[in-house]
This record gives sequence, C-alpha cells and structure tokens, in this order.
Amino acid sequence: METTSLHTTGSKQGKRLLEVRNLETKFYTADGVVNALNGISYSVDEGECLAIVGESGSGKTVGVLSILRLIQSPPGRIVGGEILFKGTDLLKIDDKELRTIRGGAISVIFQDPMTSLNPVMRVGAQITENIREHENLTSRQARQKAADLLGMVGIPTPAKRLDDYPHQFSGGMRQRVMIAMALSCSPQLIIADEPTTALDVTIQAQIVELIKSLQAELGTAVIWISHDLGVVARLADNVAVMYAGHIVEKAPVDELYARPAHPYTIGLLNSLPRLDARIKTKLKAIGGLPPNLLGMLQGCAFAPRCMFATQICREQAPPAIEVAPRHQVACWHSELVSAGERP
Amino acid sequence: MTFAYVFKRLLGTIPLLLGISLILFAIVHFAPGGPLDVYADNPSVSKEALEQIAKAYGLDQPAYIQYFLWLKAVIVGNWGYSIRTGRPVLTEILLRLRPTFELGGLALLFSLVVAIPLGILSATRRGSKLDGALTLASFAGISTPVFWLALLLQLLFSVQLGWLPSAGYQSIGDGSLFDRLAHIVMPAAVLSLATIASWSRFIRSGMADVLNQDYIRTAYAKGHGLLGVIMRHALRNAMIPAITVIAVDFGTVISGAVITETVFAWPGIGRLFMESMDGRDYPMLMGLMMMGSVGIIAANLVADLAYAALDPRIRYG
Repeated sequence: METTSLHTTGSKQGKRLLEVRNLETKFYTADGVVNALNGISYSVDEGECLAIVGESGSGKTVGVLSILRLIQSPPGRIVGGEILFKGTDLLKIDDKELRTIRGGAISVIFQDPMTSLNPVMRVGAQITENIREHENLTSRQARQKAADLLGMVGIPTPAKRLDDYPHQFSGGMRQRVMIAMALSCSPQLIIADEPTTALDVTIQAQIVELIKSLQAELGTAVIWISHDLGVVARLADNVAVMYAGHIVEKAPVDELYARPAHPYTIGLLNSLPRLDARIKTKLKAIGGLPPNLLGMLQGCAFAPRCMFATQICREQAPPAIEVAPRHQVACWHSELVSAGERP
Repeated sequence: MTFAYVFKRLLGTIPLLLGISLILFAIVHFAPGGPLDVYADNPSVSKEALEQIAKAYGLDQPAYIQYFLWLKAVIVGNWGYSIRTGRPVLTEILLRLRPTFELGGLALLFSLVVAIPLGILSATRRGSKLDGALTLASFAGISTPVFWLALLLQLLFSVQLGWLPSAGYQSIGDGSLFDRLAHIVMPAAVLSLATIASWSRFIRSGMADVLNQDYIRTAYAKGHGLLGVIMRHALRNAMIPAITVIAVDFGTVISGAVITETVFAWPGIGRLFMESMDGRDYPMLMGLMMMGSVGIIAANLVADLAYAALDPRIRYG
C-alpha cells in the first residue's frame, strides 16, 4: 500500500471494519426537509481511529448516529446508502439484530456526560444493564466486571462507587463512567461523539489520553467526532472533514495538516491558535455562515464562503477526487488550493 | 435525616390545622339555617323544648365560645356528638371509613393501572391518531359531570341490562365477595374516570419530556428495546412530576367522594357528609372536614417523601 503515512499512532490498519457508502439522512420538519447528510462515504479499519471534524450543524453527529440508527424518527429518516459493518448492512437488519450490535459490537460515548446518564439510576446498574443485555453473566459477575471497568477508566475505589448516582460524580468522572459503559462488552468500534466538548480543558486532555491508551491497549477502532482539530491531531489516524452534510476532504492526519487541499480545511486550520506563530497574530475566522440545510443546495455548499469560488462552483457540486494516495478532496480547484495560490 | 424532616413537617401541621379549623367553623356557622331548624316548623315541638335542646348542645352560646368549647374538647380527643343521631362523631366516622376506603382504594388502583399505560401509549405515539383520540377522551373524562355519568351507567347496567345492582353496599342477607364486587364496580368506575383522565395527561407530558432526554438515547445505544427503555429508564423519571397530582388526588378520594357515594347510596364518608350537611350537624361536619384536611396534608407529605424516593438528587433535611 501507500507509504505516505508518516504518523506513528500505530499503522495497525487491519481488515475493513466499517464501510459507509452514500449515506443520506434527512429530517422532515414542519419547516421543510433538512438535508443533514448528503451522501457521505468513509470507511474504518480494525483498530483505526478516524476523526470526523466540522463545525456545528455540519452533520457529524447525525452521520455517526445513523450508523446505529439512533436518529430520532420521526422527524429523522435515513433515506439512502449502505452501512456495511463486517459485511452486513446495518440498514437492512431487523431490530433484534440491531439491538445485539448496539452496545455490543458498536458502542457510543455521547457528548454530554451530564445528561447522558440516567439521573435516577445508580451508575453500577447503568453499566451492568449493558453487560447483561449482551453477555450471559450473573448479576454478581456483571457487578464485578462493572467495578473492574470503573477501575480501568481511572475511577478510585470503583467497587464503592457502583452504588452512587450520577449527580455524585463530577463531569469528567461521569464521562469516565460513560467510557466504562461503552467498553463493557469489548466493542470492535466505539463512536465517540465530541466526548470532551462539555468538559474543562484539563479534564479534556485526561479523557483524550484515556481513550487513546485504551484504544492502544484493546485495539478497538474509534470514530472520534470533534470540531477541535487540535485534539484530533493527537489521536487520529485519518481525518474526514465535513461541511453542510458532505465530506469535503479525507486524508491521513499528517497529510491533511501538511497539505490541506480544500479551502474549508484551510480555513479550519487557520482558525487554530499556533504556538509557533508570532505574537499578536489574529486568528483567522472563516467569513460567513454555514448554509441552511433546508431544501436542496446547488453547486458546492462552501462556494458562498470560498475565496476560490468560480462559476462552476456555484453550478455543479464537485466530485471527490484523489489528490494524493488516500487523500480525497471534493473541490473544483484543489490543485490551486494545495499549491497555496490565491486567486 | 428523613425522620427529622417528617417530624418537622408534622410539627408544622399543628398551626395549619388550627387555622383550617377556624375557617371551617366560621363557614359552617355562617351558612344559613342551623341544626335545629328541622324542629322549628314542627308544631309538636314546643319553644321551651327547642331551647332546652339548644342549651344541651351549647347552641345558645355565641359562635366564638362554641368554637373554643369545640377546640377544648377536640384537644383531649373528644370530637363531640352528632346532633342528628346523638352518637359520638368519631364512632360515626369510623363506621363509614371502611366502605370509603374500599371504594376509594379500588378506584385509585384502577386509575393507576389504566392511566399509566394510557399516558405511556400517548407519549410514545405523540401526534398520532391514537394520541389525538386519547387527548379528546381525557378532556371528555375531566369534563363529564360525575352524577350524570353515574345515572347513565345505572340506566344501562341496572335498568336496561340488569347486570349490576343500581346502588347500595351489598344486598340484604347476602354480602358475599361477588355480591359486594357487583355493588362496588360502578361507583369505582365513576370515581376513577376523572383521575384516569387527569393522571394520564400528566404521565403523558412527563413521559414525552423524558423520552427526549439524552439518557434515553443512551439506553437505546445499549441495545434496549422500546419496552425496556420505558420500564427501566423512562417511567421512573416521568413519574416524578406526576407524583404531586397523584398523591393529592389520593388524599381527596380517600377523604370521601360526596357525589358518587350519594348517587350510589354508598354508606361512606362522602354520603355521611351530605347527610350531615342537610341537617347542619355542626360537630359531625367539623369532624369530617378536619379529617379530610388531615388526609390532604398527609397526602402532600407522602408526595414530598415519594419525590425523594424516586429522585436521588432530592434530599430533605
């Protein structure tokens, strides 16, 4: 295979685990149809960490929740595409099969640990119910396993904390509980939906380190949703950038940071603070706002905010093209963009 | 901690009950007529005899003196004597308590069993035809006058079909379980209608709110099905806001259902109240209403304790 990958976070690319093809999800609201996902495709190999980045409303969360069909329906509906998990299309299996995969082979760590745990249920019970849903253990064995898991994610005196309620934990500790829950049935894929967004910066770093080390230890594949390219650089193997329900650029992490080929990716990178920048350099924000996803868009969704935009951008949506091995971009002017030229 | 809290709350009910008793006493005495008015137009009762009776019951005293006399007696546990029957108020009430508890208990049990599934059904299918129909039905249920519904049911099941006895606690000389069940079914159904209608609304809105919470999505992500999600995660959370209404209704129903018991000639607290009202039986009315107040206050206390039991984030101290 290609040898361009420079990153060291483990090139343990194994077999293909998940393959998403042309996934389309729409929300049928009172105001009209919201095109949240407009045919996205990506894949995750065993043990890989794929980061999906983009700003709020770009479809990152809808994209991953669609994998487990966790979109609230109505109003949401997956209208097209395939989600092949180890060769099985998750959109075609029945509810019973889907339930064995949810929390079993694929688990989710949600964004806000404050609201994602049931406030009136002891955390031990919330972990053991996941274990007992998927594994044939007695309640005592499940409890022991839950205690082990809490210990593994770094909660002190885990056996004692099983009988505490979520409100007795701090935000970071609650996210650790969520992680323990997600790990409880040795999943092959963990979907982490902005797991650090709701946390303090210091706690964020701890959680990132925790997931990174657990991933290295257990060899679990992770899809990490984030709007923070700084976090992503530290843990991802590959990155997909989303904008307005499209994947606009996809590349190995080092390649993406070194040679971004989509104007939106460049915008995102420029809006990051840099340690090596001269003092008093202003962060560059991307001008304008993301488009309203109500109704169909014509042409490239980023065109109205793009300094490279020309007539063709406004008329036809760009196809994804490969600009380097495993580096795909959906932009009419990617050559100009990656050459760093200004129009 | 909870014990101390309960003690504090119980202590707080003393001034509350005092205030309530004062207001009730005033209302009862301000109402036109009096307990002896039935005799006033009776030519065979002499004026002297009437005065004698009034004196015997203390009715010749000014109202505020009567209140303090009543209070003094109640503090030592003497609730006085019914003017209508001459028997002790407490004895009369205790006699009627059992039928009321049976009727109220059955009605409440029935309400819970019906209202919870209806509320859940409505909430999980928000906006569907079923939800619309249940919403309409519950408004109809809340608005239906109890006496009217009672009469219609009697007309159908007793007069037309002849399946159920129209009124009473049991048949004379019978009293088997089946006979008593046949008597209690209609009044219990009538009594539960309004509570079913209102509780199912509260459970629906509580449930609808909870089903949108993040932890419900977490529960689905663990592989639970709809039923598991509702029973394990949603119901307890959804019951928290509904519990106050349910507990207060408990207090009200157990304190006697005046109209239902009257229409069905049910020998409970509610009918005793109606009879005592007709006769302006002051001591009896005071006893019944004070007991009702205690019932409501107790129900509120139970509601607050139930809150803490359902929601571990709530602690009283």
